[in-house]
Amino acid sequence: MLWRATGKILQTLMVLQIVSVVSFTLLKLAPGDPIQIMLGTEYSPEAYASLVKQLGLDRPVVEQYVRWLGNFVIGDWGVSYVSKAPIFQFAFVEALPVTLTLAASALGLAILVGVPLGVLSATRKGSSWDNITAVFTLAGTSFPSFYLGILLIWLFGVKLGLFPTMGFVPPWQDFWGGVAHMTLPAVTLSIYFLAMIVRMTRANLVEALEQPYIAAARARGEPQWRVVWVHGLRNILMPLVTIIGLQLGALLQGAVLTETVFSLPGVGQMITNAVLNREYGIVQAGVMITACLFITTNLLVDLAYPYLDPRLRPR
Amino acid sequence: MVDLAAQAPLAGRERRTGVFWAYARSNVYVLFAAAVVAMFVLSAAFAPLVAPYPPLQQDMTSFMSPPLFEGHLLGTDSFGRDLLSRTIYGARYALAIGFGAVLIGACGGLVVGMAAGLSGGTTEWALMRFIDALLALPSLIMAIAFISILGQGVDKVILAVGVALIGPFSRTVRADVLQVKAQAFVEAAGLMGVKRLAIVWRHILPNVIFPLAVQATIRVSYAVLVSSGLSFLGIGVAPPTPDWGLMIAEGRSFVSFAPWIAGVPGTALAILLIALSVVGDGVRERFDPKLRKPG
Repeated sequence: MLWRATGKILQTLMVLQIVSVVSFTLLKLAPGDPIQIMLGTEYSPEAYASLVKQLGLDRPVVEQYVRWLGNFVIGDWGVSYVSKAPIFQFAFVEALPVTLTLAASALGLAILVGVPLGVLSATRKGSSWDNITAVFTLAGTSFPSFYLGILLIWLFGVKLGLFPTMGFVPPWQDFWGGVAHMTLPAVTLSIYFLAMIVRMTRANLVEALEQPYIAAARARGEPQWRVVWVHGLRNILMPLVTIIGLQLGALLQGAVLTETVFSLPGVGQMITNAVLNREYGIVQAGVMITACLFITTNLLVDLAYPYLDPRLRPR
Repeated sequence: MVDLAAQAPLAGRERRTGVFWAYARSNVYVLFAAAVVAMFVLSAAFAPLVAPYPPLQQDMTSFMSPPLFEGHLLGTDSFGRDLLSRTIYGARYALAIGFGAVLIGACGGLVVGMAAGLSGGTTEWALMRFIDALLALPSLIMAIAFISILGQGVDKVILAVGVALIGPFSRTVRADVLQVKAQAFVEAAGLMGVKRLAIVWRHILPNVIFPLAVQATIRVSYAVLVSSGLSFLGIGVAPPTPDWGLMIAEGRSFVSFAPWIAGVPGTALAILLIALSVVGDGVRERFDPKLRKPG
């Protein structure tokens, strides 16, 4: 068990390392001379040379990479050319919590609503309720989230005036204000996952309900709700957790678009602005943060399997 | 999902037309979606004939006029440009970018996946770790990173989204290669002394191309979504190109008093994406043997 976990963790670290090489190469390939950008239009050759030396850009590329990675790990991510603020502060302390709040609310909403809907569909297979849900999941998985967001702004923000449509209020400072500001973005981002979870829950539960242990539970005279919600659901946890882990990438990229729709100052908006301002250091930070989040979650999902399914535990 | 599709009869000895009608009867939705996609393709191809106005022509007498008003069937945007015409021209960009990107991704995936599946040993291991790294980034984020180097433009968006799709494609190609490689006929060809390259070309490639084509059909809608997302963020196709993502982004600023500016291109995008994914699902259910189970 411990051995398996160690292997998984090592493998994850290796993938992260390759991502860091790719992302370092990206910075090297970026057009424009970073020194020129930093110094502005007027500078002396001496100033140029000394800055090159100070930043270590005269060293071999491999040494530059190692130094960059070392600095990255300890949180020294360089300074923004535009705002002169440290990128770590900007990306990790300010932008990341916004994105995490958005992603977590959307995922929570999708699970809380999606699993019961999927269960209802599976237990009423072939009914009109099931068919309506099928149409909804089909539309939900392919509807463009950024357009959905605009529709929600128009309906709930403009027409009904129920929710604020812009900006972020940290729920840990003003809880109800935060919830109000997060409602529309979270709904927007969650629709895709909601549809995905309904689909997965239904498909797996339909299969699980035909298994012998369900027949056994029914034969023992257990009530229908216990059969479905305890015996059935317990056995579809694994595929459900897997799909949530695999779809986390989609959650993160959906968050980028949702942040732009609702003007939330998260990682997505940070990367987009950085691309427009040609701030490659920030793009790189955003790429690394996203990759770390995605890979770590998948590692956690992987490590959680033996807890979710006792059959996978080593004897 | 659409359970009707799963009941498609197995292709038997019936005449071709018979098979088609049997398929059509049980897959009404898929055929309808295919017709919708065909309609988009046709109106994109013949945009100059279908669209009532040129996409960039400004009508100085009507800015942001609502639908069905002053000769503009679906209204105009903030520059007085006809929204219906721009949306029709926009289909060109959406489809060209979607298909172009999938083509790049599928070709790249074919090369990387074949190389990984055939090489074995350290090379395979290294390639797989590389694919893992590609898969560690969501496509949109990776496309954004490439765009930041390449700059904006239609060709650059195709390239960025295409490269971002290489990871998923190469993983499936590798899996297929491994499966085919283990088959008896490949082993037999090897024992008969057929050259390795000939085996790859005549026995492995044909068996990998078909599932790849199925995969490609499924991913077109995703490529359209990612590329229009890039344009929506303002870092994909540059204005004044009539790209749906750009048009939706422009309409976002006017949503409180002119919701049709985002609504017209947004609805077109949503319909195309839903139709494409129904077609993709249909193609997968028809041709993917792994999914051909009842239920």
